[in-house]
Amino acid sequence: MELDPDDVFRDDEDDPDNEALRERASSKELVVYLVDASPKMFSTKCPSEDQKDESHFQIATSCILESLKTQIINRSYDEVAVCFFNTREKKNLQDLNNVFVFNVADREFLDRPTAKFIKEFSRLEEFFMKDIGSQYGIVSGSRENSLYNALWVAQALLRKGSAKTADKRILIFTDEDDPFGNIKGGAKADMTRTTLQRAKDAQDLGISIELLPLSQLDREFNISLFYADLIGLQGENLAQFMPAAGERMEDMKYQLRKRMFKKRIVRKLTFSVANGVSIEVHTYAFIRPTVLGSITWLDSVTNQPIKIERSFICADTGALMQEPPKRFQTYKNQDVKFSVEELSEIKRVSTGQLRLLGFKPLSCLKDYHNLRPSTFIFPSDEEVIGSTRIFIALHRSMIRLKRFAVAFYGTSSHSQLVALVAQEEIIDSGGQVEPPGMHLIYLPYSDDIRHAEELHSTTNASVPQANEDQIKKAAALIKRIDLKDFSVYQFANPALQRHYAVLQALALEEDDLPDIKDETVPDEEGLARPGVVNAIEEFKQSVFGDKYEESDNAGHKKVSEASKKRKALADSAVQKSVQYNWAELADSGKLKDLTVVELKIYLTAHDLPVSGKKEDLIKRILTHMGK
Amino acid sequence: MARNKEALVLLLDVGPSMHHLLPEVEKICSMIVQKKLVYSKYDEVGVVLFGTEETENELTMEVGGYEHVVVLQNIKVVDGDLVETLKQIPRGTVPGDFLDAIVVGMDMLIKKYSSTNKGKKRLCLMTNGLSPIKDPYEGSKEDQVNAIAEQMTSHGMKLECVVVRESVVRGENVSVMEENDRILNLFPQKSCAKTIFVESSTSLLGALKTRNISPVTIFRGDLEISPKLKIKVWVYKKTSEEKFPTLKKYSDKAPSTDKFASHEVKVDYEYKSVEDANKVVPPEQRIKGYRYGPQVVPISADEWDAVKFKPEKSVKLLGFTDSSNIMRHHYMKDVNIFIADPGDQNAIVAVSALARAMKEMHKVAILRCVWRQGQGNVVVGVLTPNVSDNDHVPDSFYFNILPFAEDVREFQFPSFSNLPASLLPDEEQQEAADNFVKMLDLTPSDRKEMLQPDFTPNPVLERFYNYLELKSKHPDAAVPPLDKTLKRITEPDPELLAQKKSAIDSLLRHFEVKEKPKLKKSTRRMREKPSGSDDEDNYRRISSKTEVELIENGGKVEKIGDLTPVQDFEAMMSRRDNPEWVNRAITEMKNKIHDLIEDSYEGDNYAKALDLLVALRKGCILEQEPKQFNDFLHQLCKFCLQNDLRSFCNFLATKGITLISKTEAADSDVTEEEARSFLVKSEPKPE
Repeated sequence: MELDPDDVFRDDEDDPDNEALRERASSKELVVYLVDASPKMFSTKCPSEDQKDESHFQIATSCILESLKTQIINRSYDEVAVCFFNTREKKNLQDLNNVFVFNVADREFLDRPTAKFIKEFSRLEEFFMKDIGSQYGIVSGSRENSLYNALWVAQALLRKGSAKTADKRILIFTDEDDPFGNIKGGAKADMTRTTLQRAKDAQDLGISIELLPLSQLDREFNISLFYADLIGLQGENLAQFMPAAGERMEDMKYQLRKRMFKKRIVRKLTFSVANGVSIEVHTYAFIRPTVLGSITWLDSVTNQPIKIERSFICADTGALMQEPPKRFQTYKNQDVKFSVEELSEIKRVSTGQLRLLGFKPLSCLKDYHNLRPSTFIFPSDEEVIGSTRIFIALHRSMIRLKRFAVAFYGTSSHSQLVALVAQEEIIDSGGQVEPPGMHLIYLPYSDDIRHAEELHSTTNASVPQANEDQIKKAAALIKRIDLKDFSVYQFANPALQRHYAVLQALALEEDDLPDIKDETVPDEEGLARPGVVNAIEEFKQSVFGDKYEESDNAGHKKVSEASKKRKALADSAVQKSVQYNWAELADSGKLKDLTVVELKIYLTAHDLPVSGKKEDLIKRILTHMGK
Repeated sequence: MARNKEALVLLLDVGPSMHHLLPEVEKICSMIVQKKLVYSKYDEVGVVLFGTEETENELTMEVGGYEHVVVLQNIKVVDGDLVETLKQIPRGTVPGDFLDAIVVGMDMLIKKYSSTNKGKKRLCLMTNGLSPIKDPYEGSKEDQVNAIAEQMTSHGMKLECVVVRESVVRGENVSVMEENDRILNLFPQKSCAKTIFVESSTSLLGALKTRNISPVTIFRGDLEISPKLKIKVWVYKKTSEEKFPTLKKYSDKAPSTDKFASHEVKVDYEYKSVEDANKVVPPEQRIKGYRYGPQVVPISADEWDAVKFKPEKSVKLLGFTDSSNIMRHHYMKDVNIFIADPGDQNAIVAVSALARAMKEMHKVAILRCVWRQGQGNVVVGVLTPNVSDNDHVPDSFYFNILPFAEDVREFQFPSFSNLPASLLPDEEQQEAADNFVKMLDLTPSDRKEMLQPDFTPNPVLERFYNYLELKSKHPDAAVPPLDKTLKRITEPDPELLAQKKSAIDSLLRHFEVKEKPKLKKSTRRMREKPSGSDDEDNYRRISSKTEVELIENGGKVEKIGDLTPVQDFEAMMSRRDNPEWVNRAITEMKNKIHDLIEDSYEGDNYAKALDLLVALRKGCILEQEPKQFNDFLHQLCKFCLQNDLRSFCNFLATKGITLISKTEAADSDVTEEEARSFLVKSEPKPE
């Protein structure tokens, strides 16, 4: 029953419906991209990666485009507007000159990105000059101030949504470090002042203004001429701004497509420490398998969503019934009935939510003591004052003494013995890598642990074990194939990235699939280095002697009966298959004159499925032949 | 006998020294049978007691000897009676000889099945191993064990010995115990046997697998170290959660006279168009739609198959790395075990060499696995060595799945060291905590590890099967409370708590925990929390609430001082970071005015109060809060009249202070007329 693929990974604490709901209600980001469209942005060319010259304007728009494509997957509830300034035409609610808000039908100026919006934006170059046009907005002798207008428009767009639930940002892309450079005297001071005031007003409303400057080849963008004041940069930040800005552009372009989750508390728990003393902790789902996202079933004819109706039918009488209140288990030839309440009563074995049982050395936590992704816990003084202090004291003691806590975690639906492992904070240059707190690891019970290794225990002779030399050779091998800075964060899930790419290609009607690199394949080149090859050869020699190839074959001999049979069938099919002239049969439409058995010869010989009706088989053969 | 059927003979020590343990033995034995009744109801079970007063077994009749061994139940298909029998095991009177019992049990299995049913014959011995073993008629005890082991191996029997040692054994028993342990440990070396020592009744309940699951490999093939070096391995599940059984839905529609009614309920799914509820969409006409922004993009299965990620079946090494690079909490799912192909001696050695080297060097291996052909995804995981301490069990690896970059959510939390000192433990407190962690030890040096997962039963499942049994006899029985033995899993051990009372008391003495009165609007709190964009700030906000303004909020005005109250008020009113500031400013201003009037002596504060009132009025108009001001003014006048401060009202009237009218603020429900006449009206008639 393919009702909900998310169901597979759903644990009682990670309710996806809930998540979607919260995602909408909680903080979202409202962003206005302000792109300078002055002629200068078009005239400056920079060499791009593929050796073609790119104008600053192209750099800015492609950066926004990539960012939009990522955003629609990562945080599709965030809203964006793209707004050009220094344009010939104008389009904005305030009817201000030289400002053009780009948009498509069925969408407000500031709204969630849609496929149509992204598609249209990717075609921008085709119609920009015709429909929008580029023109300096700040010229001496005129009172027009396009930058001021742009900020005003952006601020007006961002009026939507309260400052409490939304994060509002204006991102300015420009290569003009001195926008009022060609204005003289009092007019310049005046314009500068009003523009800065406009920016400050926006900032006072909780809108943050960011700048992504584009430098000329021969001259770096001079932030201190004007923009430092606009975005409020001072001292040290000023010096670090330019290098950081470059990285930010790169980041925007090469973000991983990844559904973002807001940090939210999964549960507020009472953690009873001892003798009735309980502290308050919050749990967070820190690591969870990411799923493809919710599926909406559609009617393939109309592409309209469909709903699923569930009905209960009595197997004995065929009568339609309500959801039955009782469940039963056949036991000793009778049906033992349980009410839903009784079942939940059975599951409720502990009333306290997280109960400390004691401590053990970390070595007692074996690698096979795991069932599900861990849950992160962090203390809170919100309702119980003093919680954080006890938690930190225990945390420090556990780290110092190399111990973990064993606790019983009982909720109404699921109860489990858990290990609480204290994690020290780890910070690197990029910020916090591991937050401080404890990880709650779900421990298996005795019935959850299997002893497969004992299946292959020998009864009289001991099993072979490696000798000193073999271990030494293995150690040499291990040293050779070393991943120095391995981090679990380094691989993107190739299946997921592929899915997003396919989705994007279909939604935007792109012709070819973007290439997704599978980062999880081994480094063949590295493995072919002579040092590595030598180490492998020595290990092979030590363990297998000269018999590696033989052993390889021995393995093949052990193929199961079933696969042997399958192999034999395929072989004979290949032999028989050559007796037919399939191409001719197909061309003359005579395939239907063959028997199903004959058709299957072709299919088996080409390793195709042999199921289905005769027409299906013929169709499959024709498809395979490319006809 | 069918292939998957198992024959089990329980060999139970019922001698005097075992009496106090028998209730637990009864529980685990009946649990085994109960689970068989649910999951494998054709399995057969026999029960042999030893240490009994009487003697009753076939061997004693045939060859003599084997005294004090009673066959309580011949091997038969499990049924309800057997559960009953095992719930009331008769107590014995003499110390029992477990070797005799093993021979009797073995004899029963041989007679019943001769050499058929290989591998599915199991003997399960439960004893404390404290009673001496008789010397055999000929040869040594070792010879006897060897002979038994040989027989067992040739008939494909397995032996599991559960030895219960609750407390330290003293005196003359020690030599008997050591002798017995030696004998019991001989079996695993000579035959397919396993000896488990447990110390508590709780681990006794978890010592035996109560349900048989035939292990299935999830992968057989090459572990590819490099294209040039491949090791044949088999991969099994090491852990897999035993789920709460899914019960069937019960239909009471069938007439009670129908003896063959299944009472089952079928669930039917129908797909209907959202727009037209009468239009049924056939299942094959459905197509999956994935969200892309606000839109849903339909992707048919065929389309999807053509483009989806299709990795080849393979298990490949990416490299080795320091074990410290992998955090324990990165393990994602249940655990697999990699065992070398048992038929390939070289593979066994290769796995052994790698495992031992990895263990020595504290290294782990990172693998990329595609278990089956046609699987649509890959997993990346970590291989950790499992070096066997038993000569008969080969070395192997455990395999845990690691998260992908997409699976890790980057939540930030405040550093503990950055928290205000009031939230951090001081030295003495830390010492108390250290001591607590040390003392509340589940691995005391003189005992075995407590609550070891491998020997801990699932309390919920135990409870379910007990209740199932109870209900089968008394359909209306209520859910019984949790068994005392099982409480050791869900609650701290009172014995341990009592022993370590001083460490616990000291911890409690050093830390104070206070429950906070519930905040008024809990719903608002809920909403606020996830909305915090900056976590650091978020935390601050919470803690600043609890810790009463401990942390300065970036030099911004947070309250109205005495020096420049009007300016403070205006600054607070204009803060945009949180709409709450407006309310706060108004409330504080009101209090200030109130205090000034109350404290004034012959009107000396009136002028100041007036300034504040004017500022408040202005602020309330600006922020569209006329009601706040109007209500306050009403209140204030009432207060003045009641408290002989009429002069203030008069003072206000002369200064032309009025209510906020509709013309000034749209939200006001006061007309201009009313506004102006308010103070005049409240003025008492001139005397």
